[in-house]
Amino acid sequence: MAASVSDAPEAPRAQARGALQGTGGAGTTAGPRAAGPKRLAPEDARNAAREVRRRRLRAFLFVAPLLVFIMFAFVAPIATMLMRSAYNPTVADLVPASLEAIEAWDGEGRPSDDVLTQFAVDLKRLANDRTSGQLAEEINRYLPGTSSVVKSTARGLRRVDDDTLATSGATLLLEANDAWSEPGIWRALRNAGQVYTASYYLTALDLEFARDGSIQQRDTQIYLKLYGKTLWMALIITLLTLILGYPLAFHMAHSSTSRANFLMVFVLLPFWTSLLVRTTSWIALLQTNGVVNSTLIALGLTRDPLELLYTQFSTIIAMTHILLPFMVLPLYSVMRGIDPSYMRAAMSMGSRPIPAFLRIYLPMSLPGLSAGALLVFIISVGYYITPALVGGTDGQMISNIIAFHMQQSNNWELAAALGSLLLLLIVALYWLYDRFIGAGNIKLG
Amino acid sequence: MKIHSLALAGALALGAQGATAQDLTVTSFGGAYGAAQKEHMIDPYVAETGTNILFEDYGGGVAEMKAQSESGNIQWDVVDIEVIDLERACSEGYVAVIDHSILPPGDDGTPASEDFIPEALHECGVGNIVWSIIFAHADDAYPEGGPETIADFFDTEAFPGKRGLRKRPQVNMEWALMADGVAPEDVYEALATEEGQQRAFAKLDTIKDDIVWYDSWSQAPVLLNDGGAQMVQSANGRIFAAIQDEGAPFSMVWDSHVYDLDVWAVMEGTDKEDTALDFIKFATRTVPLSGMQDVAYGPTRKSAQALLPEDVKQDLPTAHLDEGLKADGIFWADFGESLGEKFNEWLLQ
Repeated sequence: MAASVSDAPEAPRAQARGALQGTGGAGTTAGPRAAGPKRLAPEDARNAAREVRRRRLRAFLFVAPLLVFIMFAFVAPIATMLMRSAYNPTVADLVPASLEAIEAWDGEGRPSDDVLTQFAVDLKRLANDRTSGQLAEEINRYLPGTSSVVKSTARGLRRVDDDTLATSGATLLLEANDAWSEPGIWRALRNAGQVYTASYYLTALDLEFARDGSIQQRDTQIYLKLYGKTLWMALIITLLTLILGYPLAFHMAHSSTSRANFLMVFVLLPFWTSLLVRTTSWIALLQTNGVVNSTLIALGLTRDPLELLYTQFSTIIAMTHILLPFMVLPLYSVMRGIDPSYMRAAMSMGSRPIPAFLRIYLPMSLPGLSAGALLVFIISVGYYITPALVGGTDGQMISNIIAFHMQQSNNWELAAALGSLLLLLIVALYWLYDRFIGAGNIKLG
Repeated sequence: MKIHSLALAGALALGAQGATAQDLTVTSFGGAYGAAQKEHMIDPYVAETGTNILFEDYGGGVAEMKAQSESGNIQWDVVDIEVIDLERACSEGYVAVIDHSILPPGDDGTPASEDFIPEALHECGVGNIVWSIIFAHADDAYPEGGPETIADFFDTEAFPGKRGLRKRPQVNMEWALMADGVAPEDVYEALATEEGQQRAFAKLDTIKDDIVWYDSWSQAPVLLNDGGAQMVQSANGRIFAAIQDEGAPFSMVWDSHVYDLDVWAVMEGTDKEDTALDFIKFATRTVPLSGMQDVAYGPTRKSAQALLPEDVKQDLPTAHLDEGLKADGIFWADFGESLGEKFNEWLLQ
């Protein structure tokens, strides 16, 4: 994150800047120096240039391991994801000849017998390679219910000899299943055959291509609602961590060091505990006969146990707990650096505590606040395991549906499109933030 | 996020593979089921042949097989897979075709082709168990007699209380239609139509407010136990284990249960295919299969069923097949994704 560069202490920052310029724009730094009042002797200039090169190399070697790691673990997977969301050559690789033959078809009625025969020949080859299932799955995505048609037809064609197939492939296909005489399955094949397609993005936005190529609403409306809900929940969680974290950070920043360290342990303790342990302990607390309900019943506050687990409520409360340190830590370290004399000065000049806090202290703590809020918000938008475990129906977030497409429906392309949109959304939010508040204001410490 | 971690896992595995000295990697579902397989299949095989076996867990589905196949880095050799997923894994070429003639006859001499129940011999797999999705209720929730049919499960007036269901369309859609009066043999035909799907969702709507959704089978007995639900959908073995081992006051209802098989399959492209097949031949012999009764799953060989005591047989899905519906892997390969989306849409309403 950009924040990690800007928050570095002064000396390393200067180094980092040097490294950046060293790798990127050596010409600009060398230029003014060479044009200075005293021109360097050619030998000195060469030495200086050599020195610059050496420094540049050294700086590069320092960051090289990190660069390799980031390329490997971060850039490459994201690039793969972006690629996958719009590029799917599966069908084009499986049946290129059929796709070429079907190009001339006008999309109405059934394609010519040549197309059918060519497809029958292709299908037999796929059946023998045992890749007909891959084709079936791709076609099925555009026309649910056709996976079995493709697979069973392929199975039937496996034993037909090549000559018969070349002469009467079309007839065999039509005999195998009625679906081959309908235009629907051929349209699905043609659509699935597109190597580059925007259709996954359209699906991710609850849209689809109509037959004439225009864009229309899908019958199933789900993803936009989920994005909205995810953002809404992330916002609530961010506000909750803020409400809980700000006073705590304030108190810690104004206590003695030993007391602050003591309190810090309580902030960090959840950090050192496994995420799963923290989530499952919320299950133990919130379940029907759990700690919270039995306490409430024992106190006579309620007669029947409340439904706390597997709700939006439980997701929000568990995630607030888990993400609280991400809010407290940047707030605390920024508040620690605020000189208390400013507040004292304001008060001694007659300001009342609350206006003094609002006008002096709050603006100075804003860098920590925005860093914490941005961290919590971005992490919670992509959160997966906690909503999956304690969320039930209400607490579902977009990540859960991405997992569904990764693990169950195996539509990795759609999962990639959903993930890319999520990435885009976060970049857009960051851009908005930078535009109106300024990313330079972020301070983690 | 997921792709990211997959890529990373793939990379780590590349490094790790050189270091392992396993002769065979067998992957299954873990838990009590995995323990039973270890006791009756893995350990005896290791003792007999001296092969090193790495016994791993996974959560089902074909995603991991697809990932291994696409990256060309096959880490598993033998995998235990649900038939509902096998259809897909087989036609997409992730698992290998198995020649059934290599299978030994049953211990009573019956040839393998007759000894196995018909569904157990799949092109790409050899049957391991018959398991079933049933519903169970807590005895104390219904002192005057609990629900007995799937229609009772959907009857919130006669049987009030929360119903725990696994959060996915599979089985729930089938149950809704059967509770609405559709005959078991017509269920999948109806579900393939728009009207049938609407009908199923309409039936689910009638209990929507009383449903507690869960994600993994292990949560089902827990829900019943802590009072989170009065009836739950569950794999029969989980409830059986809770009753048998912990004396939990639960009752199982077999009406309209949806049963499926688990099979052993060999990963396509593994370089240990011979050892893998040898293991499968061993694991699906009569005696190892009969050990699956430990977790209340029915063995797929008739000769293995004959070895079981009478009182045990009653708790196995194999004794209740006529009351149940066979899960249709071909249907779910066709409609899994579109119904999955519609199901999620319905959840959000």
